[in-house]
Amino acid sequence: MVPDADFLVKPVKTSRRGFLSFLSVATGIVGSIVVAIPVVGFFLAPVFKKPPGTWQVVGAVQDFEVGKIVEVEIEDSSTVPWTGVTAKTGAWLHRKSDSEFVAFTLNCSHLGCPVRWEAGAQLFMCPCHGGVYYIDGVVAAGPPPRPLQQYPARVRNGKVQVRSSPIPISS
Amino acid sequence: MKFVKMALDWFNDRTGLIDMLDPMVKHPVPPDTGWMYVFGSAVLISFVLQIITGIFLATMYVPSSSEAYQSLEFITNSATLGSFLRGMHYWGASAMILFLGVHMIRVFLTGSYKFPREMSWLSGVVLLFLTVGMGFTGQTLRWDQNAIWSIIVGAEQAGRVPFIGQWVARLVLAGGTLSSVTLSRFFVLHVFVLSGLIIATLSFHLYLVLRNGISEPPVPGRRVKIPEYRDFYKRLLEKRGVPFWPHAAWRDAVFGFVVLAGIMLLAWLVGPPVIGKPPNPTIIQAEPRPDWYLLWYFAVLALLPHGAEKWVIVFGPLVVIVVLLLLPFVFPGGERNARRRPWAVAIVLTIVVSVAVLWRAGITAHWSPDFNAEALPKEVIGVTSGPVYLGSQLFANKGCIYCHAIAGRGGHRGPDLTTVGDRLTEQQMIIRVTNGGYNMPGFGSILSSTELKQVVAFLQSRQAPE
Repeated sequence: MVPDADFLVKPVKTSRRGFLSFLSVATGIVGSIVVAIPVVGFFLAPVFKKPPGTWQVVGAVQDFEVGKIVEVEIEDSSTVPWTGVTAKTGAWLHRKSDSEFVAFTLNCSHLGCPVRWEAGAQLFMCPCHGGVYYIDGVVAAGPPPRPLQQYPARVRNGKVQVRSSPIPISS
Repeated sequence: MKFVKMALDWFNDRTGLIDMLDPMVKHPVPPDTGWMYVFGSAVLISFVLQIITGIFLATMYVPSSSEAYQSLEFITNSATLGSFLRGMHYWGASAMILFLGVHMIRVFLTGSYKFPREMSWLSGVVLLFLTVGMGFTGQTLRWDQNAIWSIIVGAEQAGRVPFIGQWVARLVLAGGTLSSVTLSRFFVLHVFVLSGLIIATLSFHLYLVLRNGISEPPVPGRRVKIPEYRDFYKRLLEKRGVPFWPHAAWRDAVFGFVVLAGIMLLAWLVGPPVIGKPPNPTIIQAEPRPDWYLLWYFAVLALLPHGAEKWVIVFGPLVVIVVLLLLPFVFPGGERNARRRPWAVAIVLTIVVSVAVLWRAGITAHWSPDFNAEALPKEVIGVTSGPVYLGSQLFANKGCIYCHAIAGRGGHRGPDLTTVGDRLTEQQMIIRVTNGGYNMPGFGSILSSTELKQVVAFLQSRQAPE
C-alpha cells in the first residue's frame, strides 16, 4: 500500500478542539448566508423587476393644436401606492399632424434635469448645464450625449394616450 | 461631595469603567501641539451635534413620499424651535464637512499620515466619503423639488458605470421611477447605515489615536525613520509628554465651544435651507443644485469637455480614492515639516484654489440659460422701429437673451454681445446664427430669411460708442 493512500484505511485524526472550531465557523457562515439571501433579495428586487408600463389618456385629440407642444401629466405605474404627488410625471406632447403625436420625456439626456419647451425659440432647453434640443428632440447644443427620449404615444377612440415608462438613464 | 465620591467609587467598583477610561483621558500627548490640532475634535463635536439634532428632527419627520414635504414644512413653520433645530442640523453638517477638510489638510501638511499612523489616514479617508454621503442623503430627505431632481441626477451619474450602469441607477432610484421606496432608502441610508458606519469608523479612528498617539508637531529636518520612530516617540512622551486631560483637551473644548456657538448663531441668523417647491416631477420650473459643499463638483460636470464626462463621473472619484489610500504607503517616512515639502504645499494650494474657483463658478452657474432674462429696454436698443428694433424683439423671443448678455442684461452662457458689431462682419454673423456651434443651436431651421436679416441687423448695431 502506498503511503499516500493511508487516508483510505486510517480515519483522519480530528481533535475535539479542531472539530468544534470548524463547527462554529461553519454554522456562522451558513447562518449568515441563510440570513443574507432573503435580505439581499428583498433589497435588490426593484432593480430587476420589469416596470409595468401602462397606456394613460392625457386628453382628447381636439385638445391639442397641430404643431404645438404642451406638457401633459401621466402617473408612474411602477410606483407604490403611498408615493403621493411624486408619482406624477410629465411629458412634452407634440401634435405633429392630425393623427401623429410624439411624447418626449422631461429628462435631459445629459444628467436627467427637467428640460423646458421654449415656444418662442422652438427649442427644448435644460436649466442645469445648458443642453439644448430642437423640436424633434435632436441635440442642438451643449453636453447631452443623445436626443431626448420618447414615451410611446398613440390615438385610441379620439383620445391621446401616452405609455408610462421608467426614467430614461443614459449609459 | 462625599456622597458623590462614594457613589462614583461604588460605580467604579462594580463596573471598572472609571479605571478603564482614566488612562485614556489622561494618556500622554506630545507638548506644544497647539491650535492646529483642534480640527479633528471640531469634526467630532459637529457629528455629535448632528446625532442629537437628527434624533429630535426624526421625531416629527415622516419618511414617506406623500407626507415628508408636509412634515418638513410643519417642522420649519409650525413646530416650536423647529426651524432653529433644522438650522443647527444644516450648519452642523456644513461645519462637519468644513472642519473635516481642514483637518485632512493639516494632517497632510504636517505629514501626520506617515508611519505608524497609516490606518488613521485610511480611516479618515473613509470618514470623508461617508460624511459627504451623509450630506447628500440629508439633502434628499428635504424631499422637495430640488431633492427629487438631485436624486435623478445622481441616478443618471450612476448610469454611467460601465456594463452595470442601468442596474446601479435602478438601485439608486429603488426601481425604474421615483417612489416612496426611494425616499425610504435614502432615509435608511442617512439615519442608520451611514451614521452607523461613521460611528464605527470614528471609534476605530479614535482607538488608533490612543494606540499610536497623536503626531508630534513636525520639526524641519527631523525625518520619520521607520525602524527608530516608535522608540523616538516613546522617549519623547516619557521626557516631555503631558496628559491629554486637561493640557491638550482645553483647546479642543474651547474651539468646540466656538464651533457650537458659530453653528447656533448661523442657525439663528441665517436659518435652515429654504424648502423648495413640492416634490411634483411635473413642475418643470426647477433648477436642481447640490448643497454648497458639492457645488464645485456641479461646476466640474458643467465645464467638462464633451466625451470626458463619462470618464470623470465614473473614474474621477475612483482615482481620488486610490490616490488618497495609497498616499501613506508611497510616502511612509521622511520629512514631515511643510517648509521642507514644497510639493505638498503646492498640491494643497492647487486643490484649494481649484475648488474655490469651481465653487464660485457653481454659485453663478454661468453655463445655465437665464430663463428670467427680460427683453431689452428701448434705451439699450436705441430705436423703436425698423429692422434693428424687430431684430431686438427676435433676440428676446427666440431665447438668444437667455444665453447672451447685452449691456449687462441677459445670460452668460455665451459670449457677451454688447459690442459684437465691432467683432464680427455681417457674413460671419449669418454663418454663426444659421449653423450654431458647440454650445449654440443653429437657428437656420428656426428663423425665416427675413428674421435672420433682422437679428443680424440688430447685432450689427451693437457697437461700442465712438
